[in-house]
Amino acid sequence: MRAMTDIDANALPRRPVTLNAAFAKLWVITIWTLLIFFVINLFGIIGAVLTSSFATRWLRSWVPDGLTFKWYFSAWSEFQLGDVLITTFQVVGAVVLLSGLIGVPAAYAMARREFPFKKLVMLIFLLPLLVPPVTYGIPLATVLYQTGLGGSLAGVILANLVPTVPFVILVMIPFVEQIDPRIESAARVFGAGTFRLFVTVLVPLLMPGVLAALLLVLVRTIAMFELTFLTAGPTSQTLVVALYYAVFAAGVRAVQSIDAMAVIYMVLTMIWLVIALRFVNPTQIVTRGKQARG
Amino acid sequence: MSDASIPLTIRLKAHGLDGVTLLVLPAALFLLALFIYPFSYGFILSFRPKDGSWLGNYSKFFSDPFLYETIKTTLVIALPVTVMNVLAAIPVAFRVRLMRHQRLITTILVLPITLGTVLVAEGMLNYFGPQGWFIRTLTLFGLGSASSIKLVHNYWGVFLSLVITGFPFTFLLTLSYVSGIDVALENAAATLGARAAARFRLIFLPLLAPGLAITFCLSFVQAYSVFPSAVLLGAPAGPTRVISIAAYEAAFEQYDYSLASAIAMIMGFTQLAVVMVVLMSRNLFYRGPAAGAKG
Repeated sequence: MRAMTDIDANALPRRPVTLNAAFAKLWVITIWTLLIFFVINLFGIIGAVLTSSFATRWLRSWVPDGLTFKWYFSAWSEFQLGDVLITTFQVVGAVVLLSGLIGVPAAYAMARREFPFKKLVMLIFLLPLLVPPVTYGIPLATVLYQTGLGGSLAGVILANLVPTVPFVILVMIPFVEQIDPRIESAARVFGAGTFRLFVTVLVPLLMPGVLAALLLVLVRTIAMFELTFLTAGPTSQTLVVALYYAVFAAGVRAVQSIDAMAVIYMVLTMIWLVIALRFVNPTQIVTRGKQARG
Repeated sequence: MSDASIPLTIRLKAHGLDGVTLLVLPAALFLLALFIYPFSYGFILSFRPKDGSWLGNYSKFFSDPFLYETIKTTLVIALPVTVMNVLAAIPVAFRVRLMRHQRLITTILVLPITLGTVLVAEGMLNYFGPQGWFIRTLTLFGLGSASSIKLVHNYWGVFLSLVITGFPFTFLLTLSYVSGIDVALENAAATLGARAAARFRLIFLPLLAPGLAITFCLSFVQAYSVFPSAVLLGAPAGPTRVISIAAYEAAFEQYDYSLASAIAMIMGFTQLAVVMVVLMSRNLFYRGPAAGAKG
């Protein structure tokens, strides 16, 4: 009741209506200006990398002296981008495949069964998404180095699976929940075991969800810097880590060469982002397991 | 049939344990082995320093200003950025919520998140650098010059990079919470004559408070663990020597995994402390459904 009277008190126009309207308009304009300013700077940042990667010489002017394609060739050989890209694809491919294989069945069990300690299991799945990678990456790297996996391709893949398996689980749980359990019961009545049920009934029905989850995993793994950086050795660097080392050692190589590498990284990420956005809403990229928590 | 003769599988099934439940095992075991175990291992390792005394790492951390100052440095960067991002995200989310081309905006804003901090850092070195387009534009309008404004390799470089990658993150989270509030509630208030400001203060803010608390926590935790941009865009030896740099140096430059684990644990617990404070203050607000009630 108190809230009600508050509203009524505020509802009485204390200022002339025109002044109120002017303030409202000013407020809207301010918000839009801020947003547009942000977007312009964002495009400026991306555009600067793009322009620089094609520049012959660009020191004290608005635009480069001339345009060239040669930095892409020099970046390719200087940073051994061929090898780096192969490693990146290996890591990303393995992470996508394994997180699907481990995550989707687990999501199914979590959505369909009530079992003892389910809350605890859920907490274990939530924690890696809430704790930032740098925090758990250092103890994780320590353990991996002590078991001899540190610095190897397998170590990088294992480390990257830590946030992606829970991510797949939390994205998939609502997808499983919306499938009518009677379909599964019908399959069971006709004698299908859990495995056949999965292959012939659930996988086709879950495919859109699996595709969306795995595409998001793909985009996130290409861009996952911290975990790969902490666990990778010289031969198991992905593109984003190689880019970090190049920027870190700026001055050793030409800026344009580093920018050419950055553009290659950008294109690689963008292709998959565009594909992913056909299946998912952009907000899903950050909301992690929010859907699962309601 | 007596109780004793019921097969074990049936009795387990009554507790929800059958073939399907077992599917959760691979994922649970994987995370036990690669998340819970390393964390516990790191926790124990942090109490086994090189010098032998069990609290050696922690006393070293809190007695060496080069180490304990990193907490302050990180907070001085992370807290203002998070507060600013959350405060900016709320009005923008309320505007965008009403838009028809909402997807265009969200797609543009998701770019810096997917591209990641390393690429944004490289772009910022160009764009905000002394010869970059940003400073050039400021000079053009007579608002400053390359000698008076420095935006990279200092505090502001890290700050700006956390705005560029952090604001979209905060905004998209806020937007998903704002869109979850039933429009009918706002319409009802508007029908009763409440103006926009009153509607926000009395209807939205209480409903949004839990979501905002979580958004603040997630954004803060991300900003607090800033690493690549603090190295590439900041002054990692001084003003932006954040706690993750200290942990990294201990592990990979001094090979003192015990000290590195201790720093990682301190990092985790400071994050936890701030999150607890935020979530506790959240209890002071309304808790309940944000969807409209019947009738």
